[in-house]
Order: sequence, then C-alpha cells, then structure tokens
Amino acid sequence: MDGRTLKQREYEGLRPGHYACPGCGMAIAMRLVLKALGSPAVVVSIPGCNAIIGNTYPYSAFNVPAFHSAFEIAAPTAAGIARGLEIRGQGDIPVVAFAGDGGTFDIGLQSLSGAADRNENILYVCLDNEAYMNTGIQSSSATPPFAWTMTTPSGRTGRKKRIMEIILAHRIPYAATASIAFPEDLMRKVIRARNIKGMRFIYILTPCPTGWRTPEDATLRLSLLAVHCKVLPILEIVEGRIRLNMMPKNIPVSEYLKAQGRYRHLKEEEMEAIQREVDEDWNRLLKLTEESPKGQSLS
Amino acid sequence: MKELMTGNEAIAHGVRLSRVQLVAAYPITPQTPIYEKLSQWESEGKLGGVMVRVESEHTAMATCIAASLTGVRVFTASSSQGIALMHEMLHFASGNRVPIVMGCVNRALAVPWAFGSDQTDTLAQRDTGWIQFYCEDNQEALDTVIQAFRVSETVCFPSMVIIDGFYTSHFMEPVEIPPQEAVDEFLPPLPMPNRFDFSVPAFLSNVVGPLDYFRFRQRSFSDMAHSMEVIKRVDEEFGRTFGRSYGVLEGVHLEDAEAVLITSGAITGTARVAVEELRGEGFRMGLLKIRLFRPFPAKEVCRLLEGKRKVGVIDRNISIGQGGIFCQELKAALYPMATRPLVQNYIAGLGGLDVPVELIKEVARDLMGRDREEGPIWMAEP
Ligand code: SF4
Repeated sequence: MDGRTLKQREYEGLRPGHYACPGCGMAIAMRLVLKALGSPAVVVSIPGCNAIIGNTYPYSAFNVPAFHSAFEIAAPTAAGIARGLEIRGQGDIPVVAFAGDGGTFDIGLQSLSGAADRNENILYVCLDNEAYMNTGIQSSSATPPFAWTMTTPSGRTGRKKRIMEIILAHRIPYAATASIAFPEDLMRKVIRARNIKGMRFIYILTPCPTGWRTPEDATLRLSLLAVHCKVLPILEIVEGRIRLNMMPKNIPVSEYLKAQGRYRHLKEEEMEAIQREVDEDWNRLLKLTEESPKGQSLS
Repeated sequence: MKELMTGNEAIAHGVRLSRVQLVAAYPITPQTPIYEKLSQWESEGKLGGVMVRVESEHTAMATCIAASLTGVRVFTASSSQGIALMHEMLHFASGNRVPIVMGCVNRALAVPWAFGSDQTDTLAQRDTGWIQFYCEDNQEALDTVIQAFRVSETVCFPSMVIIDGFYTSHFMEPVEIPPQEAVDEFLPPLPMPNRFDFSVPAFLSNVVGPLDYFRFRQRSFSDMAHSMEVIKRVDEEFGRTFGRSYGVLEGVHLEDAEAVLITSGAITGTARVAVEELRGEGFRMGLLKIRLFRPFPAKEVCRLLEGKRKVGVIDRNISIGQGGIFCQELKAALYPMATRPLVQNYIAGLGGLDVPVELIKEVARDLMGRDREEGPIWMAEP
C-alpha cells in the first residue's frame, strides 16, 4: 500500500481554472475522485461536461495525463490504455474513465457492458447530471420522470434507467454509488476501488444548477436531499452482493423536487407517482440486500 | 521454403512476425479467419501478444487507438459493415497519429446483403487519413503487413492492408514466410514513447480553436504527402532484405503500350493473363497496377502514363452518383498533364462477381476501339 489515507488532503487532481459552471456538482465529484486516486493515474474524458471541465487545448485542469476520447467509448478507451500500461509493466497505474449519463446510460452502454464482461482493469466513474447538459439540456434515459428538459418541454414521460441493476447483472468485482454530500464515503470508495483489480464502477449523482434550474449554492443541499429522500441509495456491490452503506432519513421526495426548477410544472399526482416509484425501488433494494442495512444513521 | 496458405493466413503470419503486442478484434466474414488464426496462436503461446475479444468493431478500433497511445504495437482486422461501423474511429486514429495496422478484407456493403469482394468498404474510408495498400495476392499481403508497421511507425499514420474477400482471403497460394530474425531486424520494437507522460500531464486529443484545427489538418496533410517517400524507401529496403518489393505502382509492358488497363487488388492477377493473351494476339496492351491508394501516387501515375493514348480503369467499387473511385482519383491525378489520355471507366466484379480473363479482354477491346469517353460502362459478363 502506498499509505494514502483520507487525511492526505494536500494533493489535488483537478486544478483551479477548470471550466465548470458555478456550483457544478460534477466538478466537485471529479475533484474528490482525483484527489482520492492520487498520482500517477490516467484520466479518460469523453464529450460532455466532464471533458469541458478539463479545459481546452493547450491547457489542462487535470494534474495527471488525460485523454479526450469519443462519446461512446469511455470504457474501451480506458481499457486500451490499461492494457497498454500492463504490457509496458506499468499495470499498477490506475486508469479512470469519466462519463456522464449520456455516455453511460445511452450511447456508451454497449461498450461499457463489453468492458465489464471482459473485466477490464479500469475504474469507470459515471457522473450523472440526468440529461445532456453540455449540448444544452436534452433528455437522456437517465432523466427522471416528469423532469423538464429542452426536448421534454412538458416533462419526461419515460422512467429513469436503473443503471446499477445493469451493472449488478455483470457481476464485476466492485461497484458503488456515492454522493458529493458525503465526500469521505466517496473518497473511501475510490480508494477501495483503486486497490481492486478488474472492472470497477462508481456512480455519482451530480446536481447541475444549469440544467436542474437550481441556485448555484443549492448543489450540496440537493445532494444531501437526494440521499435522504431515497432517490440515491448509497451502496456498494462486491461480486454481486449489495450492501447499503447508509440509512436515509426518509424525507418526502417532494422536498427534493420542489427545490428544483425543472420540476416547477409538477402536479400533485405526479409528485405522488414519483414518491411511489421511489418507495418501490427502495423496498426492492432492501429485498436484494442480503445483509441487513447497518450503515451509520445520518443525522 | 514456401507454405500453402490463404490470404487471411498470410496476413496473420505478417502480424505474428511483426511481434504485435495487442490485437483487438471482432468477427465478420470474410475477415474472421484472421481473428481465429491469431486466437489459435495466442492459446498455443505462439503469438507473443494479447487478444482482446471485443463486442464490436467500433470498440476494436477504440481499444487499438488507446493501447497504441501507450506505445505498444497493435493490430485489428475487419470487413464491410465492420469497417463502416469503425468510420468515426478511423478519423480518430489518424487524428491522434497512432501507427495502427488494420487488415481489411474487402466485402460488399449492405444493402442488398452480399459477402463477396467489393472495394467500396475501404474506399469509402479514403478521407479518414489512413494509408491504404491494395494487395494483389497472398505473398504481397504478408509482406505488406510488415512493411505497413514500419511505415506507420515512421510517419505516425495508421495503415490499411487490403485484400479481396474470398478471391484472396480464402484462396490458397504458396507463400514464403520470412525468417523471424530478418523481420526483427527490419522491424525493430515500436519506437514510440508512451504518450501519457506522467511528468508532463497533458490533456491529449482535446478541444482546439479553429485556427489550431486548421493547422493540425494542414500538418497531417503535409506529413501524409511526405510519407510517400517513406513508403517507397521501406519497400525498397524490404526488397533488399527479402528479395521482394512491389512499388507503389507496377507497370507491365508500359514501354510500347498503346492502351493501358488500370487495376488494383486481386483483379490485377487476372488482368496480367488477359494482357499477355492480348499481346499474343497482336494488341499492344499494357497494365498499371495501383498498390498504394493513400497517399495517392499522382506524380508517379502521370510519369508512367506519359504519352499513352488510352487508359481503361477497372473498378470493383462504385461511388453512386459519380462512378468508379480509382477512376475518379486517376482522372484528378492526370489533370495537370499537357496531353491527357482518354480515360474510360469500367465497373466490374461488384458484390464479388467473378471477373474472368475473357471479361478483361472484352474491356480491352472496347477501350482500343474507342475514340471518346463516356460514363462508367458496366461489365457483368464477357
Ligand atoms: S452544465 Fe451542469 S454539469 Fe455541466 S458544467 Fe454546468 S453545472 Fe456542471
């Protein structure tokens, strides 16, 4: 072990001068991931906010070498780099792929599945801001029901794809969800993932003030609400076994929804429908969880 | 010593001899036997590199690009729909200046669905910034793989080594397998650094402004033009080492030819026979084989066709709305000549349709009797 601990805070993998909007949840997530990952490492970015946050030629906001790949190939790009490093005798250098919901749930799902199936030695971090934000807020399969986007002006009619269930089905060595409202948990997971060989997947919900129509200073509060309203269960999946890391306070989802401009048009019944779906998902998750939930309570 | 093998096996031998470190591949007819042969060698410990069995051709190329950036030697192979699916990644490979070599086995593009040879799959990639070699036979395919790695690693452009589906890929011919030591000397370990420099953490392949984009493209253009000299030099050196060289073009009986047929790929072998027979019948026919399509040997073509009166281009490919693609390129290349020959385009062999000697003789007779050009002439049967 290299002795890296949560106390080692001086290192920053994402430098000041990045290109995120003020209050961007994704930039916070990337900062935490790279901080925990340390150096040396290789970053793979794909089109979307995550690459733009890295700044444009000839600058780089990343403190480690990075590669701007194509939209649908975050996973195989990272895998190709990891394979190349392995051949060169540098297989211990972690390769992290950053991809948004578009690059993960939609256009990159096939290549992500392929990499998971081959158990490629990469850390894949999905930064979910729940729409195609970089192209100007268009709906993806990660956009939640009834949410406004430019392409769902009266609210999305579809449901949100359950990406963790898809990942679970691949039985990869390690998968987890994390929240920027719980940075220590997030960084612990990155460090844990860093020390596992094979395919690792971390999902982070990253509030987006621009696309969610929220104030710049609401990002962390929304992240916290997402966890406590059971919208984002905080869990780990090791070789197919699910473990809940935290028990939410069970706040009504309306608190979370009402704080966001993209739900401004929401009717009472729609709010109730969302609550029902959240509860159903939570109960299903509890059934799937073999161990009884014993995460810390979050008061 | 020669061994009997198919064109696909010849390409696989070229890959093994080149000590490729990573192969990412996906099955598609008629390329699949390359993938199978390399997998077999890998399982027997004879390949020396790793096989990555990916879930699509798009990912095959993505994996090759990424691995190549770290400075390891990579290879993939594909055909038809697979090459079309890769299209985005082909631009990506050349823009990132990675020296990938890809074996391409020409096959008709759907629809209608067909499996025979048709060069439209690779020719549709002509603007992607890849070097393209069209090989006539199995020996040339093996030799060209080795040459292509040497060229690509010198000029930092990826290369396609192209053979005809079935006619070349599945037909057996005696092929000389060069000794490993000689190949090692000709093709030393990949001289490229790991592009991920941990002491200078750059953001590679990133977004640029329009002026930088313009300059990057300009640089690629001039570097590709410069690669012509490298390609010739590598082929000559290959000839000195192994006793076989191919040139970027090959002229047959051009000295006294009144009319010249232009071919590429497997049709060339048949055309050689047709031209000999015609000469035996008293016709002064010549043949020009185009082996290198990108960069296009425009000056060389003009030099070899200087003073010729009639040229017939046989295209096993078609650009709908324009004509045969070799013919288009040839005409553009000939434009600066003071007196240009008559250039007639003949479309033949699409979808893998056989192009027998008699059909080529028919083309030649039409050409010789012709005093003006017209649109592409479709030749299906002699
Ligand atoms: S659009 Fe949203 S996710 Fe993208 S940089 Fe701005 S705040 Fe962040």
